[in-house]
Amino acid sequence: MFEFIQRALGLKKDDPTASKNTAKERLRLVLVQDRASMSPATLEALKEDLIRVISEYMEIDQTGLEVSLSSEDESVALVCNIPILKLKRNAKEQETAS
Amino acid sequence: MGEVIVVTSGKGGVGKTTTTANIGTGLAVMGNKVVLVDTDIGLRNLDVVMGLENRIVYDIVDVVTGNCRLKQALIKDKRFEDLFLLPAAQTKDKTAVSEEQMRELTQQLKEEFDYVIIDCPAGIEQGFKNAIAGAQRAIVVTTPEVAAVRDADRIIGLLEAALLAEPKLIVNRLRPSMVKKGDMMDIDDMIEILAIELLGVVPEDEAIVISTNKGEPAVLDKQSKAGEAYRNISKRITGEHVPLMNLEADGFFRRLRRLFGA
Repeated sequence: MFEFIQRALGLKKDDPTASKNTAKERLRLVLVQDRASMSPATLEALKEDLIRVISEYMEIDQTGLEVSLSSEDESVALVCNIPILKLKRNAKEQETAS
Repeated sequence: MGEVIVVTSGKGGVGKTTTTANIGTGLAVMGNKVVLVDTDIGLRNLDVVMGLENRIVYDIVDVVTGNCRLKQALIKDKRFEDLFLLPAAQTKDKTAVSEEQMRELTQQLKEEFDYVIIDCPAGIEQGFKNAIAGAQRAIVVTTPEVAAVRDADRIIGLLEAALLAEPKLIVNRLRPSMVKKGDMMDIDDMIEILAIELLGVVPEDEAIVISTNKGEPAVLDKQSKAGEAYRNISKRITGEHVPLMNLEADGFFRRLRRLFGA
């Protein structure tokens, strides 16, 4: 009853259970996904290009390679997890020499 | 040379057509020469909202295909000398008009009129592309719901990609009492999420239903809160600075609180 009076008088604010907060949070989540949209085909093409370029410098585990877009609050980042099998010594020099 | 403004939203049913009718009429009341263009080919409605459905002879497709002259297709409003409607075709589909044709059409119209207001169809397909093709400014309409704001965000992205920079937002059908209880997103929430400038807020108002029933835009109704909001928005479009109106009704508890100095 006391709570009702408080609410009726507008003294109680910022109720975390208010449905608008649920709406805001759900909206924030769908927008992060919408804005960070990249088709699986594009992501796959990016992955192949990355493998090609990185392979010039090091031997990598292609099956263990993970590429994804990660979004936190306002920013979106490209996150790559690339397991290295062996580093090539002087990779670039070898290429220019040959 | 006039200005071409597109009214868009992404999601259907948020009030694009009502907004177009009201700001167009609002601008005409202020003495501007205005033409409203319905680009929702196949699902035309602006004629009904304006109460002009019985006067249609030619439509936008007739104009772009050269079936009639532009002047022949323009319908003069019942109430205002300088307000016109170019209706959509009802029997064709969105592909009956091309983006190039829309650019030519709007170019022609803005030579005649101060404001060319384009009512965009829902969606992001060809109809949307046509509607924005000749526009210089864009107004995005949304309601305080997750689905509508999400679509508005998508539309803002597409407008910016089409180089229609700095679209302005109208939040439609806001219920101040629900906002107060925390059961509806407020204006600041939406502005922050969408990162866009606010053009106006239109409260939920039964007068809109009545005015739509009659075919008389609510902007002409001096008693209607929504009408007042649309009058303010029309003024802002012309560059006038108008503060947001107070949407909170002066209810019993508010007065009680004031009485006790809370």
